[in-house]
Amino acid sequence: MIVDSFLKNSSWSKKDLICVEDLSLNEIREVFALADIFKKSLIDDSTKIPYLSGKTVVSLFFEPSTRTRTAFEMAAHKLGADVISVTSAASSSVKGETLKDTARNIEALMADMIIVRHSASGAAKYLADRIKIPVINAGDGAHAHPTQALLDTFTMREKFGGTDNFAGRKVTILGDILFSRVARSNIHALNKLGAKVTLAGPSTLVPPEFGKLGVKVTYNLYEAISDADVVMLLRIQHERQRANYFPSIGEYANIFGLGKLREPLLKSGAIIMHPGPINRGVELDSELADSDRSVILNQVTNGVAVRMAVMRLCMNAATRQKNAALRSK
Amino acid sequence: MKSSIKKEFVVRNARVVDPSSGLDKVCDVCVSNGVFVKKASAKAQVVDAHGLVLAPGFVDMHAHLREPGQTSKETIATGTAAAAAGGFTSVVAMPNTSPAVDSASTVKLINDIIAKTAKVKVYQSGCITEGRKGEKLAPLGSLKKQGVIAVTDDGSCVQSSEIMRNAMVYAKMFGLFVMDHCQDYSLTSSGQMNEGEWSVRLGLGGWPSAAEDIIVARDTILAQYTKSHIHLQHISSALSVDLIRQAKKRGVSVSAEATPHHIALTDDCLKGYDTNFKMCPPVRTRADINAIIKGIEDGTIEVIATDHAPHSETDKDMEFDAAPFGIIGFETAFSVCHQALVASGKIELIRLIELMSTRPAQLLGIDAGTLAEGKPADFVLINEREEYFYNEPLSRSKNSPWLGKKLTGRVVSTFVDGKLIYDVR
Repeated sequence: MIVDSFLKNSSWSKKDLICVEDLSLNEIREVFALADIFKKSLIDDSTKIPYLSGKTVVSLFFEPSTRTRTAFEMAAHKLGADVISVTSAASSSVKGETLKDTARNIEALMADMIIVRHSASGAAKYLADRIKIPVINAGDGAHAHPTQALLDTFTMREKFGGTDNFAGRKVTILGDILFSRVARSNIHALNKLGAKVTLAGPSTLVPPEFGKLGVKVTYNLYEAISDADVVMLLRIQHERQRANYFPSIGEYANIFGLGKLREPLLKSGAIIMHPGPINRGVELDSELADSDRSVILNQVTNGVAVRMAVMRLCMNAATRQKNAALRSK
Repeated sequence: MKSSIKKEFVVRNARVVDPSSGLDKVCDVCVSNGVFVKKASAKAQVVDAHGLVLAPGFVDMHAHLREPGQTSKETIATGTAAAAAGGFTSVVAMPNTSPAVDSASTVKLINDIIAKTAKVKVYQSGCITEGRKGEKLAPLGSLKKQGVIAVTDDGSCVQSSEIMRNAMVYAKMFGLFVMDHCQDYSLTSSGQMNEGEWSVRLGLGGWPSAAEDIIVARDTILAQYTKSHIHLQHISSALSVDLIRQAKKRGVSVSAEATPHHIALTDDCLKGYDTNFKMCPPVRTRADINAIIKGIEDGTIEVIATDHAPHSETDKDMEFDAAPFGIIGFETAFSVCHQALVASGKIELIRLIELMSTRPAQLLGIDAGTLAEGKPADFVLINEREEYFYNEPLSRSKNSPWLGKKLTGRVVSTFVDGKLIYDVR
């Protein structure tokens, strides 16, 4: 079958996916190509395809998440894997167990893969360095959310008509950049793909140091969204208002919110993205969220296909490494 | 040379460096009954130190020995063994033990442990406020009576300017030395590392240099206003150096220390999320390092102190946000500073010895930091060219960014009161 030959020829050698920075352009292409195959099978025939059957995936979420966790678990199910879901409230972390001990115990339970989300930046790498089974980062602090960036750029690629068509495209990320792992991972992915990234939002949440990452920083909404091919909005969290990063949600919506009145600033064909969950009426109004410009639900579907691809590629690499180790014994 | 050192001996052929007298030449150093003497008798043992430097033993104004209460990290016995290996013959123990050193009875308890187990001279410091909470003055007079050498809430910073003002004025009445850890909490509530390009890249909470600068400015203003002395601990930021320089120009009685890690490491070291690079204040940028070194060159920074802060592997082997701040520093301090300051041509060796020994001894008013006749024979022998791997810390903890690394310039022997207490061979 097509997937078998794809995996046989794959040059992917990473058992873990920690951040997009670690990926070569070629590896990103591999994710996209395999996600294309999986997406087609999801849409054409929604029965499970057994590329992880017999494997047990543990999703270990120390932070609340609905979308990402569901998408990972859906992806694992679609590949025929068994899924055990551990959330922080149910884990031993409330009893004072360390992250390392929790992960080692899951490994000792003979899990085959861990999907981890944690509030501490670096937590996924910390785990990957300490256990042998594959670790997929589902978000670590403000550091990285690699599968989100891969599904976002996969979605843009559908719009642009191919991986080679990112060059010169303007992608604007708008909102709370400082605390956003989604923004950071997208910056790295888009830089690798050749797009031009612009960051915008309140100056307190978009420090100029981001310029060092090879992106443009602006505090002018017009400059940010006019001639953008993609406008990606980030969720504005109420706790940022409480910490006085900006005066009020109302003022945020006034100055940076994207609604019908500002739609004429967008060029025709520009698309609107959002990693979810949306604060309707704050960063994005319903008229636009539900308009033809919006690819927000495509992002969700693509999130399943991209995560299927990432999980299969990492498992493939882990199996190869295991076999190589057995042979050398 | 081992343990065969006699009560009376003469060290021959060493390059003798004594900042207290400006001496820097090859000559004999004589010791009898634990003190330096002008001449030794004919029966004195001869110790050949050809190719080595002989200098006063180092004085560390800033160390955490963790006893009582945190002996899984360090004890006075293991901490002072590590100090001896680093050439430190006197150390000031910070008061953030458990319990904190905010009562005379705790000082007495610790002094008993020091008398029984310390391998070098340990001077205990006390807290500025009860429980280091910054709310109520600790009994500074009783602490001084019981023998504390200084007060600080180190690890914490007194946030109230009023309490800090009163601490300075009240401590002055007893001639008690006041030190401050400079950190404005409102700017560092989520601080994990220096705020800048690397905190943005790594997604770690920023600890801006402004948080240090604000308290440095406040403390120098309060010292000026109250005509008191203030000692500023572990300066890490370029602007802080400049604020101290300006205060000194105005005649303010202020002294400041820098640590080896703040002159040797930059914040990009954090890119692997290695918690052995996590310290407070955090390591900063090349520009900050250059400013601190400039401050050392022009005398703005007068002291190098280690901020030796042991944490067990269990404490440090955590996701970054959960790991405690601090690294051990006794055993690597000389090598790191010699490399960054002397080998690089920034300062002469005699100046480094002044920073690590003579000046801190003078500030604290202790009998150390000198090779003068009649003074305690606390001294070190140093091989400036020796290369070694730092593989086996004597500290109970191993949390060093230099663990396993090759270092150059090594303390080879340490003497306290004329007794050889550490010898690398």
